[in-house]
Amino acid sequence: MTTTAPGLSSVSVEQLRWMHRTMWRIRAFDTKALEVYRAGMMRGTSHPYIGMEAVGVGVCAALREDDYITSTHRGHGHCIAKGGDINRMMAELLGKATGTCKGKGGSMHIAEVDRGILGANGIVGGGMGIAAGAALSAKMRGSGQVVVCFFGDGALNQGVLHEVMNMAAIWKLPVVFVCENNGFAMSARVENTVANLDAAARANAYGIPGMEVDGMDVLAVYEAASHAIERARRGEGPSLLICRTYRYFGHHAGDPLNYRAREEVEPWRAKDPIERLEKLLVERGIMSQEEVQRVQDEEKQAVERALEFAQQSPEPPVETLMEDIYA
Amino acid sequence: MTVAAARPGQEAAVRELTYAQALNEALREEMARDPRVFVMGEDVAIWGGGGVFGVTKGLVDEFGPERVRDTPISEEGITGMAVGAAVTGMRPVLEIMYVDFTAMAMDAIVNQAAKLRYMFGGRAKVPMVLRAQEGAGRGNAAQHSQSLEAWFCHIPGLKVVTPSTPYDAKGLLKTAIRDDNPVIFLEHKVLYFTKGPVPAGEYTIPFGVADVKREGTDCTVVGIHTMVHKALQAAEELAQEGISVEVIDPRTLVPLDVETLARSVRKTHRLVVTHEAYERCGVGAEIAMAVMREAFDFLDAPVERVCGKNVPIPYAEPLERAALPQKEDLVAAVKRTLGRA
Repeated sequence: MTTTAPGLSSVSVEQLRWMHRTMWRIRAFDTKALEVYRAGMMRGTSHPYIGMEAVGVGVCAALREDDYITSTHRGHGHCIAKGGDINRMMAELLGKATGTCKGKGGSMHIAEVDRGILGANGIVGGGMGIAAGAALSAKMRGSGQVVVCFFGDGALNQGVLHEVMNMAAIWKLPVVFVCENNGFAMSARVENTVANLDAAARANAYGIPGMEVDGMDVLAVYEAASHAIERARRGEGPSLLICRTYRYFGHHAGDPLNYRAREEVEPWRAKDPIERLEKLLVERGIMSQEEVQRVQDEEKQAVERALEFAQQSPEPPVETLMEDIYA
Repeated sequence: MTVAAARPGQEAAVRELTYAQALNEALREEMARDPRVFVMGEDVAIWGGGGVFGVTKGLVDEFGPERVRDTPISEEGITGMAVGAAVTGMRPVLEIMYVDFTAMAMDAIVNQAAKLRYMFGGRAKVPMVLRAQEGAGRGNAAQHSQSLEAWFCHIPGLKVVTPSTPYDAKGLLKTAIRDDNPVIFLEHKVLYFTKGPVPAGEYTIPFGVADVKREGTDCTVVGIHTMVHKALQAAEELAQEGISVEVIDPRTLVPLDVETLARSVRKTHRLVVTHEAYERCGVGAEIAMAVMREAFDFLDAPVERVCGKNVPIPYAEPLERAALPQKEDLVAAVKRTLGRA
């Protein structure tokens, strides 16, 4: 049953509930990932998506199940929003045989190709060529699939972005470039590193639409993404969205955070995307305060179960070391 | 040479083709066989009817501009796109016009194509071919003459192919296109114009099978690309002096057919390894090591390397010639292994 939410013509009640639940799943997952890292249970590092949930969720809410995404080093949120299994994701963080990548990839390489997740990526901008190529493939196969290429403001400065935006534009490929401008490339402020952040101006260089989006508002993201995705699906080519957002935590779990004041986070937390959606859901009578709380509790419990699953899972046998290099 | 027998009564079906024509046939046949196969690259469709060396000649007329796609000059972007297309069900054959330009595309090759499958725990395939041509001899100077196969051999997840004859070029390219892994298929710009027998019938050549190009008993010379031909010339010259040289082309460097090389050395007791690429950290070192591990006790002389000098390839003809290993260098190296220097 699809019911349009009151006063929200473009989004159904089911979608709103899914957005709310999925944002909580991401926040609970990445909160737990930080705990797990700090407890010494996880190797490498973890890049928390906390504060940015509205972008991944708003975009993926507008995608079909068979559509593709490419993700980044900060990829847990994208993968969960695209339907990634949190048990297997948590197992991957713990380096277990039951992980999405059998313990061979870790946080920065989570992928579920059969769910359209073409991988997080440890290289800034590393997913851009893959996204454009998947879009070319979709176009050549006539599948009607659309690809979303997620990347951060730091990746705005990688040369390959120019190359693939140009090719996507000349060939009208079904790809949407979604920049998550969280203000920082590690310690580098976007104001000091990007000459022109104007999405329309940047997109205009390729003759494609570009717009800035409030990345703290899941409905604004959903609406912008829906337009861009449907445009791509109609064969009219790529778009660029630059979503302004903020990461509440550091670049990764070990960030010294010496480059910003603690107080700088507060105005962003005041715009928290989950609280914002919950306020709307309760005000419009779509969910009660109790239901909203129950969703939060359920997702936290689901993440606890994911951690238990991961902890109880076996480590990959050393005999698997040389497997999976070649098909 | 392991030329497959023509079908009975069809001896005429073995033609003399150039290396470029043989590659062109492989592309045409594989594109006709599998609609997922497509060609992309800079100037592969329109320029001169297809490719600066004619390897993709006529393909756009037969298969159209969607499947024979001229791209902008964006090596990193198009290589990344080949990865994305491959992982989502297509089988791209990407042309990078000169192997030197793969330097622009290394993230896509090294960090993406080679590693996706492993990083994803075996839950993805990247069936793509990256064709490029390498080598010197045409006065193209330092940025258009290198032989960079060692770069790719170093990276787990890639396969590396280096055909030296038209027959091998066609059979190996067909195998590369059917392989479910990223294959770096390195042609040689001087060899494009060389001719050799190519059967008209269907054939493929498996990876990891070296080819004995000339049998001999006194010394084994393992070479790739142009050095196979120079080694054959050297062998002919040495035969006049009563020295019998076995010449072997590994044909694929990853996987490497160590057993065929070791078997030869167990017979000849001497090994010379030769390639145009810079000597330092070249694949010759890897080949020598691999053979020594299998046949050290059979060696009667230190292994010799006859390789490119460790210098950017110069432009002027005498300098370029001096930078490259020549037949005379091979003759001298073989004689050194025999104590006849």
